[in-house]
Amino acid sequence: MEKRVVFQNRYLPYLLIAPQIAITIIFFFWPASQAVVQSVLREDAFGTRSYFVGLENFIALFEDEYYLNSFKITALFSTLVTTIGLSLSLLLAVTADRLVRGTTAYKTLLIWPYAVAPAVAGALWGFVFLPGPGIFAWLLLQAGVDWNFHLNGDQAMFVVVVAATWKQISYNFLFFLAGLQSIPKSLIEAAAIDGAGPIRRFWTVVFPLLSPTLFFLVVVNVVYAFFETFGVIHSLTRGGPAKSTEILVYKVWYDGFEAQDLGGSAAQSVILMVIVIALTVVQFRYIERKVHY
Amino acid sequence: MKSTGKLARTALALLAGTAVAISASGAWAQAKDNRIELQWWHAMTGALNERVNEIAEGFNKGQDKYKVVAVNKGSYPETLTAAMAAFRAGKGPHIVQVFEVGTGTMMASRAAIKPVHELMAQNGYKFDPGSYISAVTGYYSTADGKMLSYPFNSSTPVMYYNKDAFEKAGLDPNKPPKTWQEFDPILKKLKASGSTCPFQSNWQTWVQLENFSALHNVPFASKSNGFDGFDTELQFNSPLHVRHITQLQTWMKEGLMVYGGRKNEANAKFVSGECAIHMESSAGYATFARGAKFKWGISMLPYYSDVAGAPQNSIIGGASLWVLAKHKTEEYKGVAQFFDYLTSTENQVWWHKVTGYLPITPMSYEATKQQGFYAANPGTDTSVQQMMLKTPTNNSKGLRLGNFVQIRDVMDEELEAVWSGKKSPKEALDTAVERGNRLLRQFERDAKRS
Repeated sequence: MEKRVVFQNRYLPYLLIAPQIAITIIFFFWPASQAVVQSVLREDAFGTRSYFVGLENFIALFEDEYYLNSFKITALFSTLVTTIGLSLSLLLAVTADRLVRGTTAYKTLLIWPYAVAPAVAGALWGFVFLPGPGIFAWLLLQAGVDWNFHLNGDQAMFVVVVAATWKQISYNFLFFLAGLQSIPKSLIEAAAIDGAGPIRRFWTVVFPLLSPTLFFLVVVNVVYAFFETFGVIHSLTRGGPAKSTEILVYKVWYDGFEAQDLGGSAAQSVILMVIVIALTVVQFRYIERKVHY
Repeated sequence: MKSTGKLARTALALLAGTAVAISASGAWAQAKDNRIELQWWHAMTGALNERVNEIAEGFNKGQDKYKVVAVNKGSYPETLTAAMAAFRAGKGPHIVQVFEVGTGTMMASRAAIKPVHELMAQNGYKFDPGSYISAVTGYYSTADGKMLSYPFNSSTPVMYYNKDAFEKAGLDPNKPPKTWQEFDPILKKLKASGSTCPFQSNWQTWVQLENFSALHNVPFASKSNGFDGFDTELQFNSPLHVRHITQLQTWMKEGLMVYGGRKNEANAKFVSGECAIHMESSAGYATFARGAKFKWGISMLPYYSDVAGAPQNSIIGGASLWVLAKHKTEEYKGVAQFFDYLTSTENQVWWHKVTGYLPITPMSYEATKQQGFYAANPGTDTSVQQMMLKTPTNNSKGLRLGNFVQIRDVMDEELEAVWSGKKSPKEALDTAVERGNRLLRQFERDAKRS
C-alpha cells in the first residue's frame, strides 16, 4: 500500500519545487537550447553576423575523418578505462574484504586518489612518464623501449589511460566493497559446505550478486571516461600526438575555444547530448529492474 | 528564537554598515579619479607582464585624461576568447592583444574591429606607411599598406649556437653555418665530439616552413600568401619544401637533429648546454642571456645557396594590438593617443632593448644603434638585419590565412608523423596542404556569407 502525503495549500508544492526547476532551467535547459540554436548557425567569432545553415555543421562533422576517428578513440579510451579500472578495483575490493587487520589503513590509502583533481593527476603521471627525468620513462628506456609519448600515439593513449584509470579506481573500489559486504555470509557458507572452493564461490555466488553494482559502475565509468577526463588529457597530451588521444569532449573544447568554430563545436555538443540521454535511459531502465535498495 | 532574532539584527546592521562604507569609498574613489578608463587585455606573462604594466604606468603618468588599465587574460587563445565573449556581452575591451595567427580571424570580423589607420586618421594623427619598417607592419596591413592593427610585440626566428660546443668539436666558434649545405659536416663534427643533440628547432611550422618559404622567396600560399583574397591555397608542398623536410628527417635518423616539441619547450636543452645549435624567436634572447653558462652566438637563419634569390627576408611572429568596435569617440581618442605614445622612438628603443622584440620604425633602430646597444650586446641586431635583408616581396610580407590556428596544428601533426617515421615528407606535406585547404575553404565560405 502506498502512503500519500497531501499538502493543505495548493501552491506550496509548486513553491517548494521552484528552486530545483529554476536551477534546471538556468543550468541545463537554457544552455542546452543555446547549443541547439548555435549548431544550425555559422557566425563570426565576435557574433556580429550569423547565418542559418541548417544541418551544414553536422554534415561537415560526419564528412570529417578526424571526427569519426574521434569516436573510435573515445570508444577505445572508455573501454580501456572502464575494463581496466573495474577489474583492478574489483580485485582490490575482494582482497580488502578478506583482510582481517589493517583494513582501515588499506581502505583509506585506496580512496585517496579520488581526491586528486584530474589536471593534477595528469601532471603527476606526465612527470612519471616524461622522457628524460621520468622514472617509468627511464625504466622503459632501460628495457629497450623507444619511449616518447609526445611522438608515439599508442604510448600517449597508454599514459592517458593509466592516469584516468588510476583516478577512478577509488570510486569503483568503494562501491565494490560495499557490494561485497552486503552479500549475506550464509550464502557463501552454504556454498562452502557444498564443497565449492574460493574461486568457484566467487564466480557462482558472489559475482552474480554483485552484478547490479557492476552495471551501475560500468555506466558511471563510461560517463566518467567520456566527460570527466578532459583535465587529464589536456595536461598530458592536449589530444595529441596527431589527434591520437582527442576524445569527443576534447574536440568540442578545441573547436570552440582554440579554433573559434562555434557552429561546429555546438553541433558536437548536441551530438554528445544525445549520447548522454541514451546512456541515461539505459541506466535508468536497467537500474529500475535490477537494483534493489 | 529570541537569540536568533538578535543575531540576525546584529548581522543586518553589520551588513548595512559595510554597504554604506563600500559605497562611500566608491564615491570617494570616483571623485578622485575621473579619468576615462581604457581596458587593454593582453597575454604577456612573467617579466613581460611587468614591462606591459610599466608601459601603462608611463602613459598614465604623462597625461591626466585617460587611464590605461592593462589586464592579463591568460594565454593568447584565452585572451582572444575572453575578448570575444566580452564583446558579445557588450563589454569588450578597447584594446586586445591578438597573436599573429589570429590576424585572419580578426580581419574577417569587420563589424567588431576598428582599423588602426582609421582610428589614427580620425583623431588627427598623420599616418605615413613609409615611416615604419614595412617587413614588420606589413604583416598587419592591407595589401595597399593601411595598418589594421598595431604591431606590438614582433619577433623573428634566428639561430643561436653554443660557441663552447663548436670549439670542442674543432670548429671556428665565430663561423656559424650560413647555408643548409654547410650544416651537414658541422653537425657530424658536433656529434663526433660527443654531442647528443647537435641541432634542434623550436616552433617548427613557423621556422622550418613559414619563414623557410619567405627566406627562399617561394610562396607559402597562393594569392600573395593570402593577402590578395580569401580564395588562397596552401603551397608548402613544393619540391624545395619536400627537400628541406627530407633533409631534417635524415638528420633526425642519424641523430644529428633532435625533436623537442612544437613550441619553445626545447629552450631548456639549449640553456643546459645539451643542444649545440638552436633555432628560436629573437625574443628568446633574454632567456639565454640570463640562463646560459657558456659562450654563445646569434646568427641569421640558414638557406639553400643554390636557390635563386635566397636569402630574401624573414617574417615576423608575435602579436599585435587590435582596437575593438562599439566604444565612444572620446575613448578612441585616448586609444589613438596611447598608440602614438607607444610609437615614440624613446619607447620603441626601450621595448626593443628590454625584450628583444623588434622596433617598428627605422628611426628607433638607428637610435638603438647610436646608443651603442648592438656593439655592447653583439648579435641583438641580427633579427632586425634579417628582417631588412631585402625589400619584402609577395612571398615575404607575411601570411594572411583564415583558420590559421588549426592549420598550424595540422602542420605540426603531419611533421610529427614524419619525425616518427609514419609518413614520408612528401606524403605528409601533401596531406597537410590538403587538410589546410579544407580549413581555408570553410573560412572562405563563412566570410562570403557577409
